[in-house]
Amino acid sequence: MGTGLHKEVAYINATSAIGAQGIFRNGQPLAVPGSADVTVLLRAGYEQLGSPYPKFHKMDTLSKLGWLAAEILLTGTPLLERYAAGSVGLALANQSSSLDTDLRYFDTVKDIASPALFVYTLSNIVIGEICIRHGFKGENIFFVQPRFDTTGMADYVQELFAEQAVDACICGWVEVMHTHFEAALFLVEKEAGSSALPLNAHNLEKLYQSITNGNGATDSRS
Amino acid sequence: MEQLIADLKAQIIEQLNLQEVKPEDIGDDAPLFKEGLGLDSIDALELIVLLQQYYGIRIANPDDGPRIFTSVRTIAEFITEQKAK
Repeated sequence: MGTGLHKEVAYINATSAIGAQGIFRNGQPLAVPGSADVTVLLRAGYEQLGSPYPKFHKMDTLSKLGWLAAEILLTGTPLLERYAAGSVGLALANQSSSLDTDLRYFDTVKDIASPALFVYTLSNIVIGEICIRHGFKGENIFFVQPRFDTTGMADYVQELFAEQAVDACICGWVEVMHTHFEAALFLVEKEAGSSALPLNAHNLEKLYQSITNGNGATDSRS
Repeated sequence: MEQLIADLKAQIIEQLNLQEVKPEDIGDDAPLFKEGLGLDSIDALELIVLLQQYYGIRIANPDDGPRIFTSVRTIAEFITEQKAK
């Protein structure tokens, strides 16, 4: 559906979701108990991965959330075996930008400013952390908007595919503010997987809504 | 000196969020950057903050950084030297 600006030129092949209700990949919960404490949940999710990545502990909450959601999303899907690094893009969005970390950093300024916090006072750093981890070098953008604009996101990502700027793209919503957190990522590729949905605003909104309804079932097969 | 080195290891782990590193994993003379702990430039800034917070020491000349932060032992020697002044 979408806005009709573009033909459907790409497919949502996988999803991941992290919220207080737990951690999900394609609608299936990981063996990690849900927690309203984002620190507890992200640590449990990280340990569930079973592959050490010490940099994780240095990230701010927004980067940990996006990084972990990307790890879950890409489990068993090594994109760079199929695509050039420069053709894997990222397009993320949230409501609060990096404000959660900005405020933490501001607290340290009163004493001795923390360099480690300062480097996370930009929302698009989460994209950098995902790119460093996976070696992606394609187009990327971070939107700050009141709510997840699935129509705008679908149009933007479709345009990237239409212009052949990307062959694969991770898009979605990664929000952290105080005790509220929510991540919903979507793996979009030019070829349809076995359980794919065409990328359009309707499908993106439908999948995203399943998270906001609290069941975590961001399954492109549902 | 040995106690100072032990304290520094614990403080480095806390300050740099090295949650998967134990004090015994850090050799007294092991390089902190590139090899060894593999610290980066942001970690270097955090080490400068650590010296200021825990020991009230400011590094006057940034060029001294690489020598001071070679290993935990060189940091301990620097602290001892500064305290003696």
